[in-house]
Amino acid sequence: MAGTETGSRAEADGLADVAAGLDALDTPVERGTPWWRRLLTRAVPPVVAVLAVLAVWQALWAAAIWPEFKLPAPAAVGEHVGDLVGDGEIWGVLWVSVHRAVLGFLTAVIIATPLGLLVARVPLLRNAVGPLITGLQSLPSVAWVPAAILWFGLTPATIYAVVLLGSVPSIMNGLMSGLDQVPPLLTRVGKAVGAGPLTSARLVSLPAALPGYLAGCKQGWAFSWRSLMAAELIANSPQLGVGLGQTLEQARAMNSMSGVIAAILLILLVGISIELLVFRPVERRVLRGRGLAGAV
Amino acid sequence: MTAVTDTTTSPQRADSPEREVAVRLRGVGRSFGAGPRSVVALDGVDLAVRAGEFVCLLGASGCGKSTLLNLVAGLDEPTAGSVDVSTGRPAVMFQEPGLMPWLSARRNVELPLRVAGLGRAARRAVAEELLDLVRLGGQGSRRPHQLSGGMRQRVALARALACTRTGATGLPLLLMDEPFGALDAITRDILQAELLRVWRATGAAVVFVTHDVREAVRLAERVVLLSSRPGRVVREWTLRSSGGDGGAALGPTGVAEAEVTEEITTALREVISSHGRH
Ligand SMILES: Nc1ncnc2c1ncn2[C@@H]1O[C@H](COP(=O)(O)OP(=O)(O)O)[C@@H](O)[C@H]1O
Ligand SMILES: [Mg+2]
Repeated sequence: MAGTETGSRAEADGLADVAAGLDALDTPVERGTPWWRRLLTRAVPPVVAVLAVLAVWQALWAAAIWPEFKLPAPAAVGEHVGDLVGDGEIWGVLWVSVHRAVLGFLTAVIIATPLGLLVARVPLLRNAVGPLITGLQSLPSVAWVPAAILWFGLTPATIYAVVLLGSVPSIMNGLMSGLDQVPPLLTRVGKAVGAGPLTSARLVSLPAALPGYLAGCKQGWAFSWRSLMAAELIANSPQLGVGLGQTLEQARAMNSMSGVIAAILLILLVGISIELLVFRPVERRVLRGRGLAGAV
Repeated sequence: MTAVTDTTTSPQRADSPEREVAVRLRGVGRSFGAGPRSVVALDGVDLAVRAGEFVCLLGASGCGKSTLLNLVAGLDEPTAGSVDVSTGRPAVMFQEPGLMPWLSARRNVELPLRVAGLGRAARRAVAEELLDLVRLGGQGSRRPHQLSGGMRQRVALARALACTRTGATGLPLLLMDEPFGALDAITRDILQAELLRVWRATGAAVVFVTHDVREAVRLAERVVLLSSRPGRVVREWTLRSSGGDGGAALGPTGVAEAEVTEEITTALREVISSHGRH
């Protein structure tokens, strides 16, 4: 008996060694790239691209194909932006637009999240309004502006209504498709470990749907920003303050092409900055944590 | 269908009094859908699994093995007969590990305990212990994508076992649905040995579904052959009678094992070819 005991012990140790060897051979290797290399491969190409665009622009201006009031020099636009920054006017303008967009976006998240959950989980609702929500995404939110002006007049309510109508469907859609894409196996595992519907939603479905939800939020932000610009461009009134959209419209009214381009560049810059500084890192973290690092 | 008769090689064991019955199925049937297009997946299945026993359910693809296991796991309800499980919450493992990709290995193992409402410290202690059991001590902070296929399946085993630690006392019951089917041959071989070790260490009753005769013969104390459409118990082989004493191999070794494998393979083929005939 003692003999077989030691025999099986030795066998078990051998097994442990083989198992450990297999683990070592089979474990995915993670390749870390140094930060400076990442910076080099990520930051340099876009900078080069921007410089190239500037060079082409400069060349076109120098060729004087179009008159100055149609295509100003890059330097003239830069001067315009410099003036805006110099007299501090830019901060007020940015504040008006950005705080509205952020507030509108956050409200959209608060509205869209429970609604999205509800629609995703109630089959009847899903069939009824699901296609509508997807369809709403392809409706340019500028189409809502006239309606909103008639409803709310030239007040901030108009602007927020347009922002919400633009971004809520995107966020709902992201959440719904995130929930649709939860692998059925995970739901089954949740059931097998004893989770009821609510616990399963909290511990399995919602975390599993997070990447889709984040993608929806990212798109929702883009839609908020676009809708806001559409609303600001059209709804001009002292009551509404001066945001980037109004700045753009004023520049057009004054026939200042460099002002127009400066405003467009600022609108672009804000959109890209929020995307790069807020959404990209969050999304990256979530995807990395799940081994989906192929993305970003 | 008529070629094979119900023969239980050791019928006296089925009602053997010395070991408690962990699972008892009486006349279990399960059909999907209604009307003429309904599929009868299982029909009149009688089966008893004793505490600590290792049973392999063997059958061709689509014969209702998963359906049967789901019934025992409580993931599905029978349309006829009764399923009695006298253990606490059974541990269930599927062909794919099904780990939550956003949780570390340890937090995956903790999941059943979290569902059951255990405190953080208690959860952690149990998870560490179970990870040690499957030889993944010290790997608990890794995420599933940082583990190999075999390691993931071991985490899944530890998580399944955690279900049996959720407070309710009782004999552990482990239900496995082709758990090694997606692994390469070397890893499968190692994991089979690991499973036997874990089985002996925990004294759990195991119901192991497979379509691989060799795997069944290597692991099981008792092999149960199912027919297809409808799934019925066709025949059983008792290979080892451990009586829970650590699985001393009284059953097949070497020649005997090869013989039994041959015999079961023949029976399986007969069951399958009887389908082509009618
Ligand atoms: N949810 C379901 N709806 C309809 N038919 C099903 C369902 N689940 C299983 N079946 C049928 O029941 C039979 C047994 O399936 P299953 O238990 O998965 O077989 P196995 O696991 O042995 O391969 C198959 O014919 C399958 O088509
Ligand atoms: Mg199956």
